Amino acid sequence: MTPVAMALGSNRVIRGRGIVYPTGDSDLPPNEERDLRRHIVQQALTALTTEGRTEA
Amino acid sequence: MRVVHYINQFFGGIGGEELADAPLEVRPGPVGPGRLLDQLLGEDSKVVSTIVCGDNLAAENLEKVAAAVISEVKASGADLLLAGPCFQAGRYGTAAGAVCSVVQEELGISAVTAMSVENPGVDLYRASAYIIDSGDNVSRMQPTLAAMVRLGKKLSAGEKIGRPTDEGYIPQGTLKSEFVEKSAASRLAGMLLAKMRGESFEAEVPIQAAEPVPVPPAVPDLSQAKVALVTDGGLVPKGNPHQFPLAFSRVWGAYSFAGENALSPYDYEVSHGGYDNRHVEQDPHRLVPVDTLREMERDGDIGKLHEEFLSTTGNGNPLANSRRIGREMAQRLKDSGVDTVVLTST
Repeated sequence: MTPVAMALGSNRVIRGRGIVYPTGDSDLPPNEERDLRRHIVQQALTALTTEGRTEA
Repeated sequence: MRVVHYINQFFGGIGGEELADAPLEVRPGPVGPGRLLDQLLGEDSKVVSTIVCGDNLAAENLEKVAAAVISEVKASGADLLLAGPCFQAGRYGTAAGAVCSVVQEELGISAVTAMSVENPGVDLYRASAYIIDSGDNVSRMQPTLAAMVRLGKKLSAGEKIGRPTDEGYIPQGTLKSEFVEKSAASRLAGMLLAKMRGESFEAEVPIQAAEPVPVPPAVPDLSQAKVALVTDGGLVPKGNPHQFPLAFSRVWGAYSFAGENALSPYDYEVSHGGYDNRHVEQDPHRLVPVDTLREMERDGDIGKLHEEFLSTTGNGNPLANSRRIGREMAQRLKDSGVDTVVLTST
């Protein structure tokens, strides 16, 4: 759904794992899922500390 | 027909911004633009009284002002309330929208106001009141009042109200079914031909364009920042306390997880159509990553995690409604001293 976010003018967009689990993935073992979540959240925080737009 | 007219202190001749605290007063007969209104109403109708109220006073005491307008409309035996026109005056437009909406709802008496489409009163009251598009220039007083009178007379006579473009009011965000002679295919072909000939045509489903939003500045130091989590994926506490629908939500909620390091699947559910909710219901962090941000808070990567998440159902929502929800959420986050937000979307 990131094209929708960008088309509507969202300024800092990070691609989540999927529509049904933006910050997770039920197919992964729990520890890998936690690492994935941390990675996605970290990208979002990096975008927030970076001037200007971030496009997924 | 007996008409009560609501105007602000400026049009009431009391004064400008310095007198925006002027208390509400009721005067007999028409005042200011009400004189022209009275003429436009014609032989069989008149302005029986005028309510004049300062803009600040009204904006800060909307409920009291609405109650006073209700009692005056009742006392004067009015059939119609007209408010404004307010043009671009935001507090005036907000008050006018509020009194029209409440008089219609509580007394069942018709009400019409008028303002510019940019007036904040439009977003707040377009769905619950008839708002004539006045444009932003006071020179449009005469045609605006005339449109208010036309629509007001129709409403109080119980006549069928036409489309916004025919009657001059701002679209209320509703769709009405109507019978038409031509099929969709033939209407579509007609529009296409008109477009090719360079003629004007009217789309049946207007697409609202999103306005560009300036990029907010970067967070200077995340280790000092208060971070909040917001989602439009419909996560709610079990029992769905705000009764989020599966789509077209007009509501949102703020849900505390104070003192918790994680969100338990036993405490939450999802109210959102259009995606398979089971993954998030198994583990809410797949949508609202409280666990990760708690770790980052503990490690000092972020200053503090705001101890509630804000949620709504972002499914099929019209832009105007989403804007209102966004504004209300932003206000709550500001009031809570939040510096920055991670919003997860399904």
